[in-house]
Amino acid sequence: MTPVLSVRNLKVEFPTRRGVLTAIDDVSFDIAPGEVLGVVGESGAGKSITGTAVIGLIEPPGRIAGGEVLLRGQRIDNLPPEQMRKIRGKRIGMVFQDPLTSLNPLYRIGYQLVETIRTHSSLSESAARKKALSLLEEVGIPAPDTRIDAYPHQFSGGMRQRVVLALALAAEPELVIADEPTTALDVSVQAQIIALLKRLCAQHGAAVMLITHDMGVIAETADRVAVMYAGRIAEIGPVREVIKAPLHPYTKGLMGSIPSLAHDSDRLVQIPGSMPRLTAIPSGCPFHPRCPRAFVPCPTFRPELQPEQSSQVACWLYHPFPVTAAAL
Amino acid sequence: MSVMTSAAPPLASEAARPLVEVKNLGRVFDVSKPWLNRLTEGLPRRLLTAAAEVTFSINKRETFALVGESGSGKSTVAKMVVGLIAPTTGEVIIDGVSMSDRRHDADRRRLRRRIQMVFQDPYASLNPRWRALDIVAEPLRAFGIAQSEAETAKQVGELLRLVGLDPADGTKYPHEFSGGQRQRIAIARALACNPEFIVCDEPTSALDVSVQAQILNLMRDLQDRFGLTYLFISHNLAVVRHMANRIGVMYLGRLVEVAPAREMFAKPKHPYTRMLLDAVPDLDLTGRKRKPVEGEVPNPVDPPPGCPFHPRCPFANERCRVEMPQPILTGGATVRCHAVEEGRI
Ligand SMILES: Nc1ncnc2c1ncn2[C@@H]1O[C@H](COP(=O)(O)OP(=O)(O)OP(=O)(O)O)[C@@H](O)[C@H]1O
Ligand SMILES: Nc1ncnc2c1ncn2[C@@H]1O[C@H](COP(=O)(O)OP(=O)(O)OP(=O)(O)O)[C@@H](O)[C@H]1O
Ligand code: SF4
Ligand SMILES: [Mg+2]
Ligand SMILES: [Mg+2]
Repeated sequence: MTPVLSVRNLKVEFPTRRGVLTAIDDVSFDIAPGEVLGVVGESGAGKSITGTAVIGLIEPPGRIAGGEVLLRGQRIDNLPPEQMRKIRGKRIGMVFQDPLTSLNPLYRIGYQLVETIRTHSSLSESAARKKALSLLEEVGIPAPDTRIDAYPHQFSGGMRQRVVLALALAAEPELVIADEPTTALDVSVQAQIIALLKRLCAQHGAAVMLITHDMGVIAETADRVAVMYAGRIAEIGPVREVIKAPLHPYTKGLMGSIPSLAHDSDRLVQIPGSMPRLTAIPSGCPFHPRCPRAFVPCPTFRPELQPEQSSQVACWLYHPFPVTAAAL
Repeated sequence: MSVMTSAAPPLASEAARPLVEVKNLGRVFDVSKPWLNRLTEGLPRRLLTAAAEVTFSINKRETFALVGESGSGKSTVAKMVVGLIAPTTGEVIIDGVSMSDRRHDADRRRLRRRIQMVFQDPYASLNPRWRALDIVAEPLRAFGIAQSEAETAKQVGELLRLVGLDPADGTKYPHEFSGGQRQRIAIARALACNPEFIVCDEPTSALDVSVQAQILNLMRDLQDRFGLTYLFISHNLAVVRHMANRIGVMYLGRLVEVAPAREMFAKPKHPYTRMLLDAVPDLDLTGRKRKPVEGEVPNPVDPPPGCPFHPRCPFANERCRVEMPQPILTGGATVRCHAVEEGRI
């Protein structure tokens, strides 16, 4: 089956005063219909830029400097802005961390929903309003007919994020990109939104790219996970494997640094140092200066993402390293 | 190290007394419109009870944590404990000295430097126009801890090294540091005047998990080394479990359960504590299904009558809807819940 989304060797650059900064380098992944791909990694790893590149919203002078983005096998990274605008909202839905960036504070919730529905379908005003009501009901807004004419500020944070989900799904998109959809919410409300996102996408058969810091959210929502480090994918695989038996030393460190509810530990695993600045990415494996297991090839040769067990990992521990390295 | 040696060992007679006692603490905010509007629009005054009847104590070298959803009153309690805002009711007693008793002014001033606070947003709490070394040196100068500029510079260097920063980076400004490094500067500053008690309000909530691990490990190392006492605030239960000896759960300004950490995680008693624990994502992939907490936190200006949790509580009965539950002791825990008191759950 054709994947809903294919990203091939994506490279994103930002020209800056101090030279060209490569924010994303050689990133490739697929998302199948109905599948949830989690994207994790520390701040600045390039998660949001990857999502932004997919929807064609990289702000100039930033640009896609290489690779392709395919939606159901059709290239979309080279479409004229006008055509791309139609795809966003219709075929790709978006949910961001702060619901207020997606909602216009000046318009009533109902008006915004009806407008979105009518832009992407031929429904009449009254049919669109009916659909808006049923969407609000679906995302769990109680008594939607009494709330549909409220303004965004009259809703709590959790309710606003529900409305944003309703908006993102209004046009029945094939792909939903959710960037930190629950980070601004309380744990209790977080669980409600995640359950909702998962149920809706399953019902509508949408593929989901779920970007978050929160491994807990990934653990219960994602089918597969991509772990990003310094603009590259360090490891990608089924959620169980990546969480329970991570391969890449960075993923191991990341998993160990999360305090657990289930058992006591005196110290958390600590990855020494911090992620490099993108203008000064180390040669070889970008993780090597912080890696407890770095050896001969790591400072010099860049490991590619290669299959290992049911995952793919970019680390010399799992691949035969080039002969020239042995000679060093 | 020299900076940290001046804290006197506790007297034998004082050893049993908690370092921090919070008694019946409450705070009401007036959130009315300006009086002219009230007059012309005929509106009543609106009062918001951010904290009420909050009572707990913290022993020396212990970490007491406050958890709860956004708006439950955690920061309000923290600010009253360090004296940043005045309580409406109740008092805070530190090392036997009431912080609201005017007769103890001199004692209070002495106590101030033994209490420090670390905030969630290390950027907002650091003066952006000062270099890191000036930020750390400020309390040394203000409290006259260092005798000379050379002494100050030496101590600043030691403090920066203590929190894992390179003293050579002291000449940089806050924006030149990462979030984790900024939080280290804030901790170095808090440590500068040999505090015994540090209030940490969400110290790692703005940080990545890997950076969070570095900061949490650092805080525990410093506690072991200098016998620090922490009031630790977070909404992340796993972080709290990792750090705290005892935990207080807040809901709509009230402590609904206070218990030793192990006991709370093994046997949560209050229905709200149970819900919070059930709502935590299952990172260990045990197959436990996370149960979303139903409903949302009510508006604190207009709290429900009876038990404030009753509209969301699966165990609520008629009594819960009208009567505020009072704290009762059960096992090692103090709980406010009719169902627990009646033995229904
Ligand atoms: N407009 C821009 N100009 C220059 N650099 C940029 C721009 N936008 C992003 N970057 C850089 O690209 C890198 C990746 O950013 P991105 O927002 O994708 O990170 P992220 O993984 O989403 O992090 P976070 O978890 O903090 O959201 C960062 O180092 C950032 O500084
Ligand atoms: N200065 C103030 N004036 C009016 N209301 C306030 C003030 N400070 C806090 N509040 C209110 O008091 C309640 C408790 O706020 P507080 O900041 O203590 O909550 P919190 O538990 O720290 O929440 P969070 O997790 O979001 O930090 C909230 O409803 C808040 O809106
Ligand atoms: S007192 Fe009643 S409503 Fe409140 S938590 Fe207990 S059972 Fe629930
Ligand atoms: Mg981001
Ligand atoms: Mg707070």
